[in-house]
Amino acid sequence: MSRLQVVSGKGGTGKTTVAAALALALATEGKRTLLVEVEGRQGIAQLFETEALPYEERKIAVAPGGGEVYALAIDPELALLDYLQMFYKLGGAGRALKKLGAIDFATTVAPGLRDVLLTGKACEAVRRKEKSGRFAYDYVVMDAPPTGRITRFLNVNDEVAGLAKIGPIHNQAQAVMRVLKSPETAVHLVTLLEEMPVQETADGIAELHAAKLPVGRIIVNMVRPEVLDADELEYARAVPRTAVAKSLSTAGLGGARRGGNAERLVDPLLAQAEEYAERYALEHEQRGVLGELGLPLHELPLLAEGMDLAGLYELATELRQQGIS
Amino acid sequence: MTLDPAATHDSAPAHDSTHDSAHATDTHATDTHRAISSPRLLAVDPLIDDPRTRIVVCCGAGGVGKTTTAAALGLRAAERGRKVVVLTIDPARRLAQSMGIDSLDNTPRRVKGIDGTGELHAMMLDMKRTFDEIVEAHSDPGRASAILGNPFYQSLSAGFAGTQEYMAMEKLGQLRARDEWDLIVVDTPPSRSALDFLDAPKRLGSFLDGKLIRVLLAPAKVGGRAGMKFLNVGMSMMTGALGKLLGGQLLKDVQTFVAAMDSMFGGFRTRADATYKLLQAPGTAFLVVAAPERDALREAAYFVERLAAEEMPLAGLVLNRVHGSGAAQLSAERALAAAENLDEPRIVDQMDGKAVRNSPDTYDNSESSATTGAQDDSPAPDRSVEQLTAGLLRLHADRMRLLSREQRTRDRFTALHPEVAVAEVAALPGDVHDLTGLRDIGDRLATIRPELPTSDG
Repeated sequence: MSRLQVVSGKGGTGKTTVAAALALALATEGKRTLLVEVEGRQGIAQLFETEALPYEERKIAVAPGGGEVYALAIDPELALLDYLQMFYKLGGAGRALKKLGAIDFATTVAPGLRDVLLTGKACEAVRRKEKSGRFAYDYVVMDAPPTGRITRFLNVNDEVAGLAKIGPIHNQAQAVMRVLKSPETAVHLVTLLEEMPVQETADGIAELHAAKLPVGRIIVNMVRPEVLDADELEYARAVPRTAVAKSLSTAGLGGARRGGNAERLVDPLLAQAEEYAERYALEHEQRGVLGELGLPLHELPLLAEGMDLAGLYELATELRQQGIS
Repeated sequence: MTLDPAATHDSAPAHDSTHDSAHATDTHATDTHRAISSPRLLAVDPLIDDPRTRIVVCCGAGGVGKTTTAAALGLRAAERGRKVVVLTIDPARRLAQSMGIDSLDNTPRRVKGIDGTGELHAMMLDMKRTFDEIVEAHSDPGRASAILGNPFYQSLSAGFAGTQEYMAMEKLGQLRARDEWDLIVVDTPPSRSALDFLDAPKRLGSFLDGKLIRVLLAPAKVGGRAGMKFLNVGMSMMTGALGKLLGGQLLKDVQTFVAAMDSMFGGFRTRADATYKLLQAPGTAFLVVAAPERDALREAAYFVERLAAEEMPLAGLVLNRVHGSGAAQLSAERALAAAENLDEPRIVDQMDGKAVRNSPDTYDNSESSATTGAQDDSPAPDRSVEQLTAGLLRLHADRMRLLSREQRTRDRFTALHPEVAVAEVAALPGDVHDLTGLRDIGDRLATIRPELPTSDG
């Protein structure tokens, strides 16, 4: 099991939720996980219903069975100052650089530097050991940028290593790349059973493979429960309207005669079934496409009442049961 | 892409938040929407028809259908007679194909199959190409090739943080300056932070203008010991620190790049400022795009606040993928209860196919038994029909729950920002594949759904 778990996915697929659920799921039996946020959106704090996370590792949840989840929102600017301090003791000069706009430059405009800092910080947490020799975290889960940018984000170290051919940034980039391209890392992609996210997942996997980055699993999120099966849907297309009206009436919903309360429900209900059938067929097709990608596939249910903290634990349990941890 | 209008035009169950009954009635009574001028309902057609509207910017979180909205708006405006260009940032392949263009590139391409006298052009931002063009346009050939060949420039332009946002704004400025189109519809980059596209031009501008540049520039420009008299000790320490950090060779690349770009910096800053002002101008309309989900609407609220702070003209909120039901009069609870009745058929006397259970709709009861008798050519309702009907009712219950969840989420947004006009777009069961699909979205976008419906009767 890789110790750095990177979670990506198209926007809107719920990758932050899945990353958080994964961090919870991996924190079994006294294990400790670190959930890392790199995009400054404070999505983790919102999910765990706590105040905004500072640039500091902080315990945010206890998993069933006693494990712990820590969280960290990486701020590139602070990470850079950290880094400068750690390697160069540039405390004062660091502040001067900031005043000059160099830090701003380095973290927002400079090629890839920001991304090196973000991945570098995560890799540092993966490698960090306590005095006892035990790893500080059993797993580090990263809520990473979306699928469209993930390969460039992770591979940026390569690009920087190419750009800065010598020097400390070069060395840092090389060290980070060694972790990212090793079996220590797994990149998971979150998708929905819809065309565009599935297409993006397929493209993302191809890109990751091409960059020799280790692809982990596909996690299908927000899977709707099956209400009507294929046979019933077919039947719904052929069923006499009067029969349905009569059934509705039997169920206690009013008259079955034309214009009766039950009768007036028939068309809208059959229309909803038709929409459901269209979606059902589409989902079936997309499942097939995902199946052909040859990766372990997991499905997480759509939570009927929307996402909240309880739902997060529910998803974590689901991931555990599916053997992801 | 066929859809049952009943499923889309009908609307959510009534609820009790701030209620403008006059508007609700109006929308019910009429099919034309232009008469309605509710501050809370966003009328899309008047916006895109108005010749004074020259730029529409679609912004919002990732995955809410921003690019599709931009394309559908562009198509609709074109078919209503305007000459439109849609600037997309990173469209899904299918979306490009839906406009009949297999690969969009950095040049606007005319989309075929547009009805009417208008024109639709579409393009996809190519960051590197856009950046290259700026360099080529603003420097002599020798200098341009020096810049284009610089390794630092190559990675900067190939799309690291900020470049995409900056180039999107740059391209928008260019398109506007060409003045070939009546209307430019812009999609915004899927930024790590929703607001990067507003910040990036300023950031890049201030970087290119800033002290750092001067520091980087100094040694390359003057060089050697002569340079020292212009540089105080602090500054040389700074370049030293930068050299340490970046590695000597990269610093040299940066310096060469900066020196070569020097003449263009003023231009960058000027254009960044001009684009920013263009966005604030009255001819621009921002549309915040969202889906009726908590995160997307939270981000939308953030956008609305930020746009207000920057004095950017917000036209309204486009709420995509809103669900409706043609049977909204039947609540989830009643549907489930009815489904349960069907699951336990023993309770019901079915001997002669007559359903004579007491219905909650008592007024309907006599009619009920009369009809069942009258129409009874069909055999007694068999189990499969009842099973199916129970399934239909459960499906409906799911739909009604979804509907009320969406409504709650939207109400929360409306409570925070009652001033923001909203256009709801009914959900499609599938994806968009062609112009017909985009047209359909456009219709849905322009159809003003009665936001706070009275009960459907």
